[in-house]
Amino acid sequence: MISRQAAIIGGLAAIAALTIWVLFAGLPRWYGRSSARSGTVAPATTAPPGRKIKASLFYVSDDGLRLTPIERDVAFGEGTVEQARQIVEAQIAPVAEPLVSAVPAGTKLRTIFVTPNGDAFVDFSRELVTGHSGGSTNELLTVYSIVNALCANLPAVHSVELLVDGKQVETLAGHVDLRRPLEKNLTWVQ
Amino acid sequence: MPSCTGNVSLRYNGGSRQLGPPLTLFRFSSSLLAAATFAVLLFAVIPAGGQSAAAPALTILSKDGRRSVPLTISNDQELVLLDDLATVFQLTTRDEPFGALTVGYKGKTILLTPDQPLVSIAGRLVSLPTAPTRNGRRVLVPVEFISRALTLIYDTRLDLRKPSRLLIVGDWRVPRVTLRVEGGDLPRIVVDASPRTENSVSQQNNSLLIKFEADALDASIPALQPQPLVQAARLVEPVTIAIDLGPRFGGFRASTQPLESSTRLTIDLTSVPTDTPLAALPPSTAPPPDISALSAPVNGLRVVALDPGHGGEDDGVRGAGGTKEKDLVLAVARRIKGTIEARLGIRVLLTREDDRAVALATRAAIANNNKADLFISLHANASFRKAARGASILYAAFDREPEQTTRASLGSERLPAFGGGVRDVDLVFWDLAQIRHITRSSELAALLEEQFHDRIPLSAHPVDRAPLDVLESANMPAVMLEMGYLTNEEQEAQMNGPEFQNTFVQAVFDAVVRFRDTPGSAPR
Repeated sequence: MISRQAAIIGGLAAIAALTIWVLFAGLPRWYGRSSARSGTVAPATTAPPGRKIKASLFYVSDDGLRLTPIERDVAFGEGTVEQARQIVEAQIAPVAEPLVSAVPAGTKLRTIFVTPNGDAFVDFSRELVTGHSGGSTNELLTVYSIVNALCANLPAVHSVELLVDGKQVETLAGHVDLRRPLEKNLTWVQ
Repeated sequence: MPSCTGNVSLRYNGGSRQLGPPLTLFRFSSSLLAAATFAVLLFAVIPAGGQSAAAPALTILSKDGRRSVPLTISNDQELVLLDDLATVFQLTTRDEPFGALTVGYKGKTILLTPDQPLVSIAGRLVSLPTAPTRNGRRVLVPVEFISRALTLIYDTRLDLRKPSRLLIVGDWRVPRVTLRVEGGDLPRIVVDASPRTENSVSQQNNSLLIKFEADALDASIPALQPQPLVQAARLVEPVTIAIDLGPRFGGFRASTQPLESSTRLTIDLTSVPTDTPLAALPPSTAPPPDISALSAPVNGLRVVALDPGHGGEDDGVRGAGGTKEKDLVLAVARRIKGTIEARLGIRVLLTREDDRAVALATRAAIANNNKADLFISLHANASFRKAARGASILYAAFDREPEQTTRASLGSERLPAFGGGVRDVDLVFWDLAQIRHITRSSELAALLEEQFHDRIPLSAHPVDRAPLDVLESANMPAVMLEMGYLTNEEQEAQMNGPEFQNTFVQAVFDAVVRFRDTPGSAPR
């Protein structure tokens, strides 16, 4: 009888210990691996619970000719560069219908830096070019969804230059000149 | 007014088929043929939509004047009574054994066999679309009997114009003339004469008179919807078409262009400014026509550069149905080039002539190095939303434009010139060259929008500005034209079709002409 009780207590203790290990050691480890795999930065949408800011992000309007600003929660980032990173991550993250993103699926943010006079250089993976459908409208919407997301939400950012694979590119799909930093342009916003 | 003594209305086959083009012939008296006084009486066939159904007839035009012989229509074939032809052409007819018949003219004969769609002429067989039919003395032959058989034994040229139901006997110059009015606010009148026929255009009071070097006209003139500039078109004697002008008529420009087998006369009309009280500018004081200026290249527009987008490995947009932007824009650019070159007689450059990759900087360089006066980059669009549709026109935008404008000019520099000596050369930053031309580029964009309006589907945002790479280095007025959305299935099919392309090409041409005629502000 006693030995049976002891076995039950021992079993419960083992289960409790395993649960505690899973909660405090196993999950963080597994989580850490998965976030490390996903890129240089934890995506804003899957960031652990913490401070959020409200930011205007830009998605394709219903008529397909312009961008529509949508206010969304974006993870807080300490300092301009970190916040810029969170905003771009949120802007390029896949979205569900009825929203349509103007950034080609699979595009990753590589790095971002901001010069003291407010020019942001945002470096993307090559999917930004290889995944692009072309057409001047789509190209303008892609470019200005990123430029406007940074300039509209961060007073310290005046202009944005998009880079691809660490290099300056002439255009994404043959139309919009990316060799100069671009300023916020609300022509492309409804 | 024409002295109209005969006015016959006809219908094609009792209306079960589409109406044939109206035929109108006039009394004509050529100075060359004055000795033979003949009169061809005005002969007008149904105004479109006319319901009067008189008996069909074949009009025969000869030195003896005009006659008409009745036509019988059977199984879509137009038949004529052999006896009527015998009277007109002084033919003899003689019955032969087994119901056969010989038709003779000056010792030559045609042998007709009943129920055989063949006739024999000096041992040679000639086919007819149907066999002659015989009902007692009445023999009906298809009208082709004239053009295929009778012409072989007759001593004068016979010219059968079947669609017009006209038979011309002898060497009269009777061009087939068609007239149509295109465009909306500023209409264009297009008159084709086949075979090639010289013409002259003059203004007389409230009419434009188009006179042809011919003996008569085989003319097709539609009933026009009265407009502020054009009220009506009508035939007047002897070989002249009159265009009745409307109260807003301001002036015209006529140009003649030889086509393969015809002559095309194009008359562009301009209106008096809408804010001018009409009473102050009656049509009779409209400026005289300036025909001499038309054929010569007009100052200000000598070279146009057309830039078909993408090419080579860069397909541009891929349409839902597989259309590649690079192919579509090249095809349309070639058509625009052909139209501008043929009608304005100026040079049109293509930045690529075939399916090849050309760098954006090279495209602008081709235009700059050839001193083009106008640069049009031609594209087809894509949207993330399938419903997006319509053409748009873009011109360059520069961030911090005033500051860039100051920066754009490097002043002038004295450089050694080819062949010795020096010359002053204005230097501008390559990628800011367009800044000096932005005003003219915006004017060109507005003219294109105006021409596209109501003619092709237009985007909800028809004119936009954007930092477009290929335009920034263009050292002349420059725009990018997006024809429509290839991601929209309906638009893709439309843009591949001749109807859209014809209208688009014409609209671009019209905008270029208007741009040429609008005095521009000098480059900054």
